[in-house]
Amino acid sequence: MKIVVLVKQVPDSGAERSLRNDDHTVDRGSANNVINEMDTYAIEEALRLKQAHGGEVVILTMGPDRASESIRKALSMGPDSAVHVVDDALHGSCALGTSKVLAAAIGQLEADLVICGAEATDGRVQVLPHMIAERLGIAALTGARKLTVAGAELTIERQTEEGYEVVAASTPAVVSVWDTINEPRYPSFKGIMDAKKKQIRTLALADLGIAAGDVGFDGASSVVLEHSMRPPRQGGNKVTDTGEGGVTLVEFLASEKFV
Amino acid sequence: MAEVLVVVEASSAGDQPTVKKVTLELLTLARELGTPSAVVLGRPGVAAALTDKLGEYGATRVYTAESEEIDGYLVAPKAAVLAQLVRQVQPAAVLLAATQEGKEIAARLAVKLDNGVLTDAVSLDADGVATQVVFAGSTIVKSRVTRGLPLVAVRPNSLTPTPAPTMPRVEQIAVVVDAVAKLARVVERKVEAQGARPELTEASIVVSGGRGVASAENFALVEELADLLGAAVGASRAATDSGFYPHKFQVGQTGRTVSPQLYVALGISGAIQHRAGMQTSKTIVAVNKDAEAPMFELADFGVVGDLFTVVPQAIEEIRKRQG
Repeated sequence: MKIVVLVKQVPDSGAERSLRNDDHTVDRGSANNVINEMDTYAIEEALRLKQAHGGEVVILTMGPDRASESIRKALSMGPDSAVHVVDDALHGSCALGTSKVLAAAIGQLEADLVICGAEATDGRVQVLPHMIAERLGIAALTGARKLTVAGAELTIERQTEEGYEVVAASTPAVVSVWDTINEPRYPSFKGIMDAKKKQIRTLALADLGIAAGDVGFDGASSVVLEHSMRPPRQGGNKVTDTGEGGVTLVEFLASEKFV
Repeated sequence: MAEVLVVVEASSAGDQPTVKKVTLELLTLARELGTPSAVVLGRPGVAAALTDKLGEYGATRVYTAESEEIDGYLVAPKAAVLAQLVRQVQPAAVLLAATQEGKEIAARLAVKLDNGVLTDAVSLDADGVATQVVFAGSTIVKSRVTRGLPLVAVRPNSLTPTPAPTMPRVEQIAVVVDAVAKLARVVERKVEAQGARPELTEASIVVSGGRGVASAENFALVEELADLLGAAVGASRAATDSGFYPHKFQVGQTGRTVSPQLYVALGISGAIQHRAGMQTSKTIVAVNKDAEAPMFELADFGVVGDLFTVVPQAIEEIRKRQG
């Protein structure tokens, strides 16, 4: 089974993040850039499937040159190789544009299974798995907290607001996973050393047969008009409990008409 | 006035399907943009249980697409039917809930129509400009769809729903679903009981527990306070990862995003992971024994103290006031 894992480089969600003032895109220059955390669960799931069923795990990333740092980190967990779609014309791509590029790359790779994180910590948009599946005409099993593979048959448990759904499909398919699905491994020393020798193939838009004007800012289907920092919340009254903390708390709730 | 389509979400937790609060919010919002039409996509018979409520909140039409085919497969049939409807009625905008399913339908619709999509909007003005709050609530973004109509998924609890009763005209729409929309089969649907508590993202009040709650048994205290306030129960990642409370109640970066009127954080330090999921709550209250906990920087009211003495006292005080 050929498994492609989508990996996105994002600004570290634990640090200060911002948008660029010139074009409102994510400021990658000033940020500490890391693998989107949810994607490490996707990598782990792919590696476990390879272990159980054989096959190959390929990392696929679309992003600027510096995303190669994250690709190396992803490879150090154990995947076989990586493909990096990098092209200046991609800057400013909307989700539709991004899905067009990733779908084209997945098509070229002839993946049986695409696994990705359910959302990225920067955009938190959750639209890409279904966009990619829609473009490729393949199944999307999204929001998995459990994935079972039997031959070409895939079954997930999909977390919903009211419980869960069991959803099944045959390969080829896109599966997105939450962080409840497994516990990602840490790269071993050997893994880190091996990753340095693994192949990262770069693809430009022309390699995918996509015109520059169809993606990036020129091809974007939505525009950010402005952005601003939200005034930080001001901490309010903080009291130390000296025996009446619970009562004081309820007095506050009552003053705000919650009680 | 131009027609605005609102994709209905229904809860199946009770005996009868009910319209989710977020749909009433969308109808309220749609009235400011044009004439709201509700779109019910579901199994046969579902629309009948929902129509009155949709009319009460101003839906002048209710389009119903009911079929086992819609219910039996994940998302794709809904998007297919919706795409046909959009082509047919040429609405001024399409509004969905920014829930997992709402965003997924929007994603497929965007590809089908080659139409831009905005998600997680907290407001949308008549010019189609949406406001989004990103990066754990630190940044406000205003954006607009530039290709196609405004296709916008709006976060639950972004506005207060208000009734505007009308008698909706019900129109059945044909369900034509091709094989490619039927690749992901829903084999089973499990509703996990959450008793009388409101749904987490819909709740006006959320009471959450964190690492400081210290055990699964102790979450009974969080639940007791929640039930007194008519609140939903949430948990931090530290609490769900430690097995104190089920993962589906996790609030935060990798969990659910909530925006209630009141958020009560018990024994939650307030790491960015958690703040990302609750920072837009209107009023925040915190109880933590660590006076330096970052949660106090957000809290409108904080008590530095042991939650195991503060919370029981608060519960007793609320009972006393409620008589």
